[in-house]
Amino acid sequence: MGAMTAVTLHINGERFSRELDNRTTLLDLLREHAHLSGAKKGCDHGQCGACTVLLDGRRVNACLLLAVSMDGTDVTTIEGLSDGNALHPLQQAFLDHDAFQCGFCTPGQICSAVAAIAEARAGWPSVVTAQDEPEGPVELTAPEVRERMSGNLCRCGAYVNIVSAVREVAR
Amino acid sequence: MGATRIPGNITQGSTAKGGIGESTLRPDGTLKVTGEFAYSSDMWHEDMLWGFTLRSPHAHAEIKSIDTSEALAQAGVYAVLTYDDLPTDVKNYGLEIQDTPVLAHGRVRHHGEPVALVAADHPETARRAAAKIKVEYVQLPVVHDEQTALAEDAPLLHPGRDDHHAGHVPHPNVVHRQPIHRGDVAAARARADVIVSGEYVVGMQDQAFLGPESGLAVPAEDGGVDLYIATQWLHSDLRQIAPVLGLPPEKVRMTLSGVGGAFGGREDLSMQIHACLLALRTGKPVKIVYNRFESFFGHVHRHPAKLWYEHGATKDGKLTHMRCRIVLDGGAYASASPAVVGNASSLSVGPYVIDDVEIEAVALYTNNPPCGAMRGFGAVQACFAYEAQMDKLAAELGMDPVEFRRLNAMSQGTLLPTGQVVDSPAPVAELLRRIKAMPLPPERQWETAGESADVRALPGGLSNTTHGEGVVRGVGYAVGIKNVGFSEGFDDYSTARVRLEVVGGEPVAVVHTAMAEVGQGGVTVHAQIARTELGVTQVTIHPADTQVGSAGSTSASRQTYVTGGAVKNTCEAVREKVLELGRARFGSYHPAWATAELLLESGKVVTDGGEVLADLVEVLEGEAIDLELEWRHRPTEAFDLHTGQGNGHVQYSFAAHRAVVEVDTELGLVKVVELACAQDVGRALNPLSVVGQIQGGTTQGLGLAVMEEIVVSKEAKVRNPSFTDYLIPTILDTPTIPVDVLELADEHAPYGLRGIGEAPTLSSTPAVVSAIRAATGLALNRVPVRPEHLTGT
Ligand code: FES
Ligand code: FES
Repeated sequence: MGAMTAVTLHINGERFSRELDNRTTLLDLLREHAHLSGAKKGCDHGQCGACTVLLDGRRVNACLLLAVSMDGTDVTTIEGLSDGNALHPLQQAFLDHDAFQCGFCTPGQICSAVAAIAEARAGWPSVVTAQDEPEGPVELTAPEVRERMSGNLCRCGAYVNIVSAVREVAR
Repeated sequence: MGATRIPGNITQGSTAKGGIGESTLRPDGTLKVTGEFAYSSDMWHEDMLWGFTLRSPHAHAEIKSIDTSEALAQAGVYAVLTYDDLPTDVKNYGLEIQDTPVLAHGRVRHHGEPVALVAADHPETARRAAAKIKVEYVQLPVVHDEQTALAEDAPLLHPGRDDHHAGHVPHPNVVHRQPIHRGDVAAARARADVIVSGEYVVGMQDQAFLGPESGLAVPAEDGGVDLYIATQWLHSDLRQIAPVLGLPPEKVRMTLSGVGGAFGGREDLSMQIHACLLALRTGKPVKIVYNRFESFFGHVHRHPAKLWYEHGATKDGKLTHMRCRIVLDGGAYASASPAVVGNASSLSVGPYVIDDVEIEAVALYTNNPPCGAMRGFGAVQACFAYEAQMDKLAAELGMDPVEFRRLNAMSQGTLLPTGQVVDSPAPVAELLRRIKAMPLPPERQWETAGESADVRALPGGLSNTTHGEGVVRGVGYAVGIKNVGFSEGFDDYSTARVRLEVVGGEPVAVVHTAMAEVGQGGVTVHAQIARTELGVTQVTIHPADTQVGSAGSTSASRQTYVTGGAVKNTCEAVREKVLELGRARFGSYHPAWATAELLLESGKVVTDGGEVLADLVEVLEGEAIDLELEWRHRPTEAFDLHTGQGNGHVQYSFAAHRAVVEVDTELGLVKVVELACAQDVGRALNPLSVVGQIQGGTTQGLGLAVMEEIVVSKEAKVRNPSFTDYLIPTILDTPTIPVDVLELADEHAPYGLRGIGEAPTLSSTPAVVSAIRAATGLALNRVPVRPEHLTGT
């Protein structure tokens, strides 16, 4: 084992504290140490988006972050989105629109969509809106959704339904 | 969090309702959107070890020696296994031909072949220990294409073959060869006014399922093992695993865990035997998870192919004859190669009427990565070639390519080159008509009211490489035919167990099959069938395992047909039992019990006239009806090895695509604007899922058309095993996919349904390439089409 460091963070509102090998990624912290296996490891190299979680409200690829640098942060995973028994609106929309098949990409897609909608509401331009310098919320048209969700691969090819699920919630 | 994580009730939290024909939601969907669905990589056991596989860095080499001592001496390492540690005389496995070593014995035949296994207390420890295994290799000459494989002095991949194909192949490096002869090609050729020929190449596509190979093996007290695994066919795995372990099948208990996509890539074994061997050796649970890099070596790929075709036609546009030769590269081990040859040859004619044909398909043994099942296998490669030929012929004749196809389209009653009659609807001409009639997407969508162009709508997108200069639109069409179910005399059956009982005052059906749900929505359909046949609302899907009979493979578009058929059949038998019970209990109260056709609806026994006779709850009265039955589709027969004649297939699936592309002709960049599909599905049991399957298959076909290829060097090494170098379509690459669903019932199939999963993968690729040809005027005889093929650089 290599050098260890103590790290404390909040995961889905609960305090989590652990001494970890410095090389541990946030994704492995979640999956192996916190036993939250909702975030998926599709590539471990930042290429597929299956590990997307929310870090202080912003979406990140958990496989690209070192756990020891997460001290004091707030992490939300797919398991933290639903409120008790009620599904998060995006979870419900993915279900209703059949926006997945195998579902392996789905936790990442949904976390990514949660942040994408928040970013658009906050008026953050995407590359495709940049030319128009928007003021106020950006409308999530189909091209906007595609652009903002382009970091999340879906091999089952449920993209058409992902676009409609995200747009429904964004409205 | 408990100490163990294994698959549980997958229908948990589901409120799905509805019978067949309704777009009911997936019963496992709630768990999938909440992140609680337990995929194979999420399996967990207290005290478990992690397995790692040492793989060959060479494509072809002799193994002189293996020294595991240093690896074994590492702290945290529990076991290191090589060929010498295999417990029985069964040291190979394989789907049809048992030619694949569990661990290499004296020789490796492809890059990435498993050589040794390590179990350790941490995945990194296992990986590092594996790096300390010393293997001495002597490299051997590499067989990497048809020429090197079939040379007289070619190194033989499997010397001394004794499999059932060995006797009839022209060379020991040919896995299987299937010729098909029908009619008189010479005479028909003489009638042709135009003759076109071409050589076509299909690159090696990867399934690239997002959830890598993984599973957990737990040794049991009875000396057996419990295996939690992502696969396409539990019982096929079991048949291959148990003999290697030296265990009777009942001591290898397999349970399906969540499967992160499959597309054919999980038809063969990957880490199943390895995990069991390590678990049995160490006496501890062992988990193996491939990373993305290893996954590219961990499963078979789509056969790359070279296809030579010749077609003739008369001036008025009637096809006269076809000759073709299809060479599929099967790589180092047989896998599904024989079946791929069967499909490629028997479907090489496409959905067309051609009476005079000479067909030959072969699969080779080479030192390239093993190839096997991938969505549409054999038929995908052929479709790319014959559809290119159709465009060429139409151009040569000055005819509209869709009208030319319609003129030659097969229909119900057509005789296939194998002599088999197509005995269910084959609406090929109608699908083409529909696809052509769909409105085209507006032109020049990048033009905005202002001065700037909307680059999102242009090839190159946000790279901002063009504002419309040099951009040309092209439209292309294609149609294809795929067989459904296992063909060529295979005893293709499924088993379903259905239990009906009253729970909490309500009738509940439990459906138990070994079907691998890989995302296709089989469990959704099973619940729908049970609701329709048994008139219940509550249906529980039992986790798939080997405690029930085989459900066959989740492949060949067969699951809704065959396991769906089995569920329907068992439900019908359960219903008969219910009615028997009802007659015994209440028969004397109402004459209709004896005289009327009785149904189960909304928890009641009703007459076909709608009269309620009894509540299901009263009829069952605490009794459970529990039946397990096998169900099979009509038998098929093998193709004759010389003439290719035989009723080899049970059903066909047809789809047609229209692709609209915009090509930046200067940079060779392609934007697929729309990819419309029309498909006959026989009967849509779940319209929502049907459209999803068609869109997914279409997207994978687009991938093969313009981006997906495993690049293999002349030394037979894989060059791009990662998602940065092996590209699959993203949401930005995927166009709108309008779908037109036709429902012409096949009277031989349950509910009239057709297997649908593969057909859209066939015609998508040639439609896109046809559209690029239309835009560029280039011949484009190879997929994937890369920018350099368009710019000539
Ligand atoms: S697992 Fe993190 S991006 Fe793929
Ligand atoms: S649903 Fe399978 S990868 Fe997206």
